[in-house]
Amino acid sequence: MKHTLQQIFRSGKFVTGFSIFTALLLIVIFYPLIVRDDPLANIGQGTFFPPGVYVNVYDSINAPPYILNLSDAAAKRVASKLGNQERKDLKEWLVAAGIPEDEIDITDTAKLLDLWEKNYDPTKNIPGMTLARQRYFQRLNASLQGILSVEGITIANPNPQTGALEAVKTVQQADYVNISQVPNVRVLALGTDNFGRDVLTELVKATGVSLQIGIVAGIIATLIGLILGLLGGYVGGTVDDIIMFITNLFIVIPSFVLLILISFSIGQEKRGAFTIAVVIGFTSWVWTARAVRSQVISLRVRDHVNLSKLSGHSIPHIIINDILPYIASYVVMALILQISSGILAEAGLSILGLGPRTTEVPTLGLMMNWAMIYQAQILGKWWAYLPVLVTIALITFSMNLMNTGLDQVFNPALRE
Amino acid sequence: MVEENQAILKGVGLTKVFGLGHRKTIAVDHVDVEFREGEVSSIVGESGSGKTTLAKMLLGLINPTEGEIYFQGKRLDLRTYKKKKEYWTNIQAIFQDPYSSYNIFNKIDTLLLDCIRMRGGHRLPHARKVEMMTEACSFVNLKYEELTNKYPFELSGGQMQRLMIARIFLLKPKILVADEPTSMIDACSRATILDMLMKLRDEVGMTIIFITHDIGLAYYVSDSVYIMAHGKIVESGSADDVILHPKAEYTRRLINDVPKIHEAWDLSTVDYSEI
Repeated sequence: MKHTLQQIFRSGKFVTGFSIFTALLLIVIFYPLIVRDDPLANIGQGTFFPPGVYVNVYDSINAPPYILNLSDAAAKRVASKLGNQERKDLKEWLVAAGIPEDEIDITDTAKLLDLWEKNYDPTKNIPGMTLARQRYFQRLNASLQGILSVEGITIANPNPQTGALEAVKTVQQADYVNISQVPNVRVLALGTDNFGRDVLTELVKATGVSLQIGIVAGIIATLIGLILGLLGGYVGGTVDDIIMFITNLFIVIPSFVLLILISFSIGQEKRGAFTIAVVIGFTSWVWTARAVRSQVISLRVRDHVNLSKLSGHSIPHIIINDILPYIASYVVMALILQISSGILAEAGLSILGLGPRTTEVPTLGLMMNWAMIYQAQILGKWWAYLPVLVTIALITFSMNLMNTGLDQVFNPALRE
Repeated sequence: MVEENQAILKGVGLTKVFGLGHRKTIAVDHVDVEFREGEVSSIVGESGSGKTTLAKMLLGLINPTEGEIYFQGKRLDLRTYKKKKEYWTNIQAIFQDPYSSYNIFNKIDTLLLDCIRMRGGHRLPHARKVEMMTEACSFVNLKYEELTNKYPFELSGGQMQRLMIARIFLLKPKILVADEPTSMIDACSRATILDMLMKLRDEVGMTIIFITHDIGLAYYVSDSVYIMAHGKIVESGSADDVILHPKAEYTRRLINDVPKIHEAWDLSTVDYSEI
């Protein structure tokens, strides 16, 4: 036993898969202890906020200012609104409006803006330009207002009696705040999703739930497969015929179709994560049963089983002591594969809208479903679906690696 | 003396058919055998002649397709687990391959304690059990102190087979079916194993059914001999009659095929069409 464990942990594939899986598991366990947010709280007002550090504007204004005279500050401010693409767009409009091309120098910011201010007219109709493009230029024009200004911004409060604005303070361009003195800073490493939820917190929770679904489904499927396989293989005869009849029925009906039909007939309101896991478990035991049965059939005629019979052991005792240890390694491997395919099955079901009901817990499949319904992939909001995809891929990849590693240890013919 | 003993185990018209339709194989074909108490009987035949299948039927491990087995004059009924268990206190076996005869997950102690339990000794104090195991091990020239807490695969093939004999020593069955117990072992260990089997027979008074492909070995150990070919008994009788004065052509060929140290081996008699 100890020897086998040593060998397992010497297999590179198993160790790689095991480390990935353990890392995921540790994140799932410890992240909620550190970040105690409700994973389903709609924190963002609006959809698909991009990943980044969010600094509270109100708190920044009220934080003590520090004056830093940095030479490149103005250039950076201009560049954030007037990048290379915007400069080219300005030139395109100006050329279309009849300015000779060689008069426009897109590298000279002051001249370019000057030219733009003189010539831009939102009402001017340029032939061949779509309405969307016209709107774009209007927005661009608005964002360029005051871009070269060196004045600060005055913050004003309305007087409660007269309603007249009274200046409270002025924020200069060279004013800085120390981010540690701003009380509200929120890191949204993966942005928010369509409901305005923090994707990272939701993803961690969803990974945990999906793993639970996979484990429950995998254990159920492996147990059913193991028990039916052992019974059919060892007892044989009519029992075997009946079991094989049922097994073959399940093989002929594609299990995913069965899964869809069962989930659909349970109804949206009654589908919890656990129910889905049980349903997946009850539809995916077939191949385990067949494989266990065929192994048991070859084992039951072995001499050590005969010897055990001659020693007066009962059938349960023989199955547990003389058959089960010999197929244990296979069963562990089947369990790992069943867990990973359970996670995939849940994702598949949820994408079709047949997963667990959406109000309680997120799952990886549900996150994909939401991203798909709200067209994250068309809008280019990669943070809503790509991390989910990567997580699913990592889980199944690590489990398959572990499985292959174990296979190499237990099957001497595959050893390198 | 031999004639006085009645048959302890008898098989009448034993037949075993594997498979169905045109794929069926008749492994054992209407075989009548009789084993008298205290005798060593050999069943000799080539690989595939059905001798192991016959042995398994006699042991009650597989059900005969046709025919009956009589144990101590009574027809054997093995339909329930309880009856099988009772029968197996009377008949035991040593198998051909020592490497696959053991459950590799069980320690040697478990195996020997099982035997004591089967003889009704599970309530005995532990010291007495250890004493019995030590006695059994020393009977086959093994040291219990060295075997305890070891796994069977840590032993050599010869040691494993000797441990099997120690198991029989503890069980003391009336009949022992030894299915080629020496065919996987080198010649030196073979003599030791055979010697121990004979010693055990003398001590316990067992009937031994010795299954082998080696006709010389059969002659050396047995009182009576059955020659088996293609599922049928071709010749039977006392060892001297069958081997020194063979009547069947097949027996003569079998005897000729045994290599002899002081003679050139005549391979010209081998009929390749039958192989």
